[in-house]
Amino acid sequence: MPATTYAGTDVILDDEGFFTDPAQWREDMAPQIASREGIELTGRHWQVITFMRHEYETKGTGPTVRVLGKTSGVSVKELYQLFPKGPAKTAAKIAGIPKPRGCI
Amino acid sequence: MQRIVILGGGTGGTLIANRLRRLVDQSSAEIVVVDADDEHLYQPGLLFVPFGLADPARLTRARHRQFRPGITFRRAAVDRVGLESSEVCLTDGTSLRYDILVVATGARLLPEETEGLTGPGWMDKVFTFYSRDGAVALKSALSRFAGGRLVVGVVDMPVKCPVAPLEFSFLADWYFRRRKIRDRVELTLVTPLDGAFTKPACNRELSGLLNDKGVSLVTEFNTGEVDGRAGRLISYDGREVGFDLAVMIPLHGGQAYVDHSPGLGDELGFVPTDRRTLQSKAWPNVFVIGDAADLPASKAGSVAHFEGEILARNISRYLAGEPLDAAFDGHTNCFIESGFHKALLIDFNYDTEPLTGRFPGRLGLPLLRESRLNHLGKLAFNWLYWHVLLPGRDIPAVRSPMPTAGKRALPIPPPGDPPAQTRKAP
Repeated sequence: MPATTYAGTDVILDDEGFFTDPAQWREDMAPQIASREGIELTGRHWQVITFMRHEYETKGTGPTVRVLGKTSGVSVKELYQLFPKGPAKTAAKIAGIPKPRGCI
Repeated sequence: MQRIVILGGGTGGTLIANRLRRLVDQSSAEIVVVDADDEHLYQPGLLFVPFGLADPARLTRARHRQFRPGITFRRAAVDRVGLESSEVCLTDGTSLRYDILVVATGARLLPEETEGLTGPGWMDKVFTFYSRDGAVALKSALSRFAGGRLVVGVVDMPVKCPVAPLEFSFLADWYFRRRKIRDRVELTLVTPLDGAFTKPACNRELSGLLNDKGVSLVTEFNTGEVDGRAGRLISYDGREVGFDLAVMIPLHGGQAYVDHSPGLGDELGFVPTDRRTLQSKAWPNVFVIGDAADLPASKAGSVAHFEGEILARNISRYLAGEPLDAAFDGHTNCFIESGFHKALLIDFNYDTEPLTGRFPGRLGLPLLRESRLNHLGKLAFNWLYWHVLLPGRDIPAVRSPMPTAGKRALPIPPPGDPPAQTRKAP
């Protein structure tokens, strides 16, 4: 598995760049991960990132875009403005949680 | 005398009522099934209606006729469930106390949640075959269709029978070939997933089949808007897919009463459920079967059937004060109709991808491969549904735990495919 360095700390990522161990993540890593995705973090981004972390801790997986739109306080449309390449995956990556499983 | 109340008289509700009636003595528990109407729809048949391969009038039977003696059918709509008081409030103002509640009310189509989907063009050039009315209307639209762009679009997961959009695409290819206008029809399948299906092993086989049949695949497309007037799907990230006829699979959610019952459902109205015992996470005396659950398993009749065996046992254990059996493995079994009187069969569970080989053993039906035998299996399922599944009987040699005999080990994914472990449920 590829290792990389965020904010001076070595972390392990999966092949697609998601954290495999969310405990390795720190808030000061988020801006650097975001800039790799071409995103400059604002307060609205942080609202989503914090929500993603919380959802992961309580449910064991990151939420889907639809659930994010219903529960994060940010609409699906705005989520796509904040994370144009796909909110569920991009926000999960920046929030340092594994790739959302999605549904079957 | 204890009272078991089952909400929903569809696949899951009917089969669990019948299984419980056999398992639990009539003198110790009464069983009441609640449903708003008395029409039991054979949902797998809807796929065939638009192509003239099933008569919609023959897809429904009376719900109350599917129950064993000793089961009470209460025709009423549910307003909400009071978990703390263990009672179901009905919209007619009465309430029903329960000792055990089984939520079996399935999933609800929510087409109005997608901008424009039910706007201009709805039931004119935008359809769904996920409802009987939609399937019937689509049949006449297809028969009038003389050529152009036909798009099959999945708005978002989860959906009932996640292979149905693929099957519709395969059958559309067959249908237009039979009408000798296939060269004038452009077929496209649009999905929010990153492949044809959620399971990698299966994905390769199904993508190949789409390719062979000339169906284009548009992936990671989250439909934000349906513009029926101009004939285009617009994704949240600004991409567009044009159509002359759109066959949409709308968003799914749980029933409205779940939203009105504090503590019962999640944000989509599905009921959080223990994936092994099928007990709800909401309350100990509440159990869930079928599409109403939030389980990481397909929303499919076969899942409800395999759950039934485990759930009936667990409810009788609960009544007897015994510990529950954490035995459900997520077993799912789907025939995938591929046109030209052929079908594929896939069989998987929470932890095992659909594999190749034969089912349920070495001399059984071919897995993950087109065959006429599987097509006959799919047709036979209609009979099995009414005469074996709903009565809550076991199918010989096909039990709840997923079989492994006859299956080949997971092939090593070719380079470029994501490793299975990144998609597998923990």
